[in-house]
Amino acid sequence: MRGLVLALLLAAVPAAAVEPDEVLDDPVLEERARDLSKGLRCLVCRNESIDESSAGIARDLRLLVRERLVAGDTDAEVIDFVVDRYGEYVLLNPTTDGANLILWIAPLALLALGMGVAGVHITRQRPVPDAGLDAVEEARLRELTEDRGP
Amino acid sequence: MIVELGHFALILAFAVAVAQTIVPMVGAHNRWSGWMAVAEPAAIVQAVLVAFSFAALTYAFVTSDFSLRLVVLNSHTDKPMLYKVTGVWGNHEGSLLLWVLILAVFGAAAAVWGGNLRDTLRARVLGVQAAVGVAFYAFILFTSNPFIRLEVPPFNGEDLNPLLQDPGLAFHPPFLYLGYVGLSMAFSFAVAALIEGRVDAAWGRWVRPWTLAAWLFLTIGIALGSWWAYYELGWGGFWFWDPVENASFMPWLIAAALLHSAIVVEKREALKAWTILLAILAFGFSLVGTFIVRSGVITSVHAFANDPERGVWILVILGVFTGGALLLYAVRAPVMQAKGVFGVVSRESALVANNLLLAVSCFVVFVGTIWPLVAEMAFDRTLSVGPPFFDAAFTPFVIATAILVPMGSLMPWKRGRAKALKPVIPVLILSLAVLALVWAMQTGRSAGGPLGAALGVWLVVGAAVDLLTRTGRGAWSNRLSRLTRLPRADWGKAVAHAGLGVTIFGVAALTAWEQERLEALDIGDSLTVGNVTVTLDAVDRVEGPNYVATVATLSTWEDGEPIGVLRPEKRIYPVARMPTTEAGIDNGITRDVYAVIGDPQVGGGWAIRVYIKPFANWIWGGAILMALGGLVSLTDRRWRIAAGARKAPAGPAPVPAE
Repeated sequence: MRGLVLALLLAAVPAAAVEPDEVLDDPVLEERARDLSKGLRCLVCRNESIDESSAGIARDLRLLVRERLVAGDTDAEVIDFVVDRYGEYVLLNPTTDGANLILWIAPLALLALGMGVAGVHITRQRPVPDAGLDAVEEARLRELTEDRGP
Repeated sequence: MIVELGHFALILAFAVAVAQTIVPMVGAHNRWSGWMAVAEPAAIVQAVLVAFSFAALTYAFVTSDFSLRLVVLNSHTDKPMLYKVTGVWGNHEGSLLLWVLILAVFGAAAAVWGGNLRDTLRARVLGVQAAVGVAFYAFILFTSNPFIRLEVPPFNGEDLNPLLQDPGLAFHPPFLYLGYVGLSMAFSFAVAALIEGRVDAAWGRWVRPWTLAAWLFLTIGIALGSWWAYYELGWGGFWFWDPVENASFMPWLIAAALLHSAIVVEKREALKAWTILLAILAFGFSLVGTFIVRSGVITSVHAFANDPERGVWILVILGVFTGGALLLYAVRAPVMQAKGVFGVVSRESALVANNLLLAVSCFVVFVGTIWPLVAEMAFDRTLSVGPPFFDAAFTPFVIATAILVPMGSLMPWKRGRAKALKPVIPVLILSLAVLALVWAMQTGRSAGGPLGAALGVWLVVGAAVDLLTRTGRGAWSNRLSRLTRLPRADWGKAVAHAGLGVTIFGVAALTAWEQERLEALDIGDSLTVGNVTVTLDAVDRVEGPNYVATVATLSTWEDGEPIGVLRPEKRIYPVARMPTTEAGIDNGITRDVYAVIGDPQVGGGWAIRVYIKPFANWIWGGAILMALGGLVSLTDRRWRIAAGARKAPAGPAPVPAE
């Protein structure tokens, strides 16, 4: 309601995010680290990724991600490593396993349902006979037509 | 004294609202014109009383009356006057008072301009509007009273949250409220029509301007919030899919759908039941938004326990009004028969598709927003649903809607043929050419940029073609002169649709082509990102009225030409003990240069981050165009001439399509 305000009361400790001393020398690895960071949640923040956050734990996680990448992990291995330790709460992109399927499929199901209902409605419309005017409108009509004179 | 009078006026307004709910409703049921006539003066008196109450609270803030608890918690004598005034609504209690003020003002507006409504409909609309008011007055007076005094007033206040001390955010809430509460008018009309069991073209004509106004205010409010986030939060994000953002976005999507389906009711007397449902849902989502923000339930299930009283109140309001209206809808909707019948290929069908896409995209936002809550309660899984989900699930709906717009707006009513789409063929070719060109120009990047550019051209040029086709045939000079005489509603539609295209392009371009560079700079050092070079000339401490700032001075060159000096700041507000950032931005049409100063580094120097943000301003430029389109449409002549005065059935005669 107050838009972003409340969201940011907790989260917005501004500035910072990735610090210069964290950046990896290998630009390819750094690029991968940034991409991975954007999908990992800062656990103490409100809806911020570790890439955006300046909280201490976000920095620790950024360093951890970079450490794993330097050690030669694939992207998936890094994610698994972090999820193992911090739980799936850390994933900003929810997985598609188990109950989460509902999340991913529900919009598509509603779309299909909506298209079905709309299709049936449009192809099966029947005109209804005009109910005509009610008493008040009849009176108003008489009044208007009488105004016109003879 | 003034504060006590304000408090008293609020209680009186509560009493007036109770009377305004009961008397006209009973009157409308029994056709007692005297009872029904109570509604209008009551609505006006109520608005005057709340306005006085709001003025009294504002007075307390302006004069820094620290015997008032709310002023102590949210103000300070050193705060600039602008933020003393905006501090009135920069908190829970005051913002609710603003909410009921707008509610009452909308009700009074309906009373003043509702002269052409049927007596019973007017009485019921004002009655329902007052009923919503009653719920919120009770909420304020019993749980969130802004007029509570302190026994021992402190010497000074605790200052307003520094994040709110910004012009962009100061005026963000009032616009959002105008939008939310404007949708209460559509809700009141829908419930009144359900009680009456009658929806006709005149109803559609009455609901549209209110919905349009609400939607236009929501557009401005959301754009202001997004713009503020962009320049204030320090990394130039403009949309975060945060629950509180989604709370304002869902009513916007439904309002956009309602806006379009009400056209079908007005012009063709079809889709009545669906339109009523949308009107209920639009306000329902406004209340859901209020609940999400006020209860904190989405942040964490546990936050709910911090202030359960308020959360439960809003949940009850939400349940009673939305639930009650939906129940009434279930009983009464079958009565509403469509008069106009339309073919599969027609403007009506296109608008049905628009409604379907907007409604389902709203559902995407809704399900993503509440899923963490559902997963925790039902499946015992603590998880997050963040931007990656929304980007993946929402974007297809935006693309589908954007593709539909120029084609749908060219379709004739009732029964169209594919031939009607002939004017968009050149637009399609142009868009595809842009797609190919942009694709060829960029190397190895995502498809988002070219797609956004193509959709932008498709929508903007499509809107222009839509306007041109309305000028008919003949010499170009005649057509151009006809163009200037087109109804404002046509211009509004074209401008708003073009605005959508501009925003889509801005979002796609910024997302796809942003460049960023981060370095630790000593005084005199430079960094280069793309074709921009900045040099750190100085870092100074500057005292503001109620904050202390660290200001960097960055000389900036683009392609070797100096383009001026950027001054990013880091501010500390000592009273509120909170830091904020002010980015240094060089605004441009094709790009913003965006600089942020970070912390001092251990090895000396400062962390300086510079971004090139291509076409960033187009995002809000498009939003301004959308709002402008709404405004132009609102000034259309036909809203000013009396809706009911010309002829009772305002729509075209119902001619079967068969």
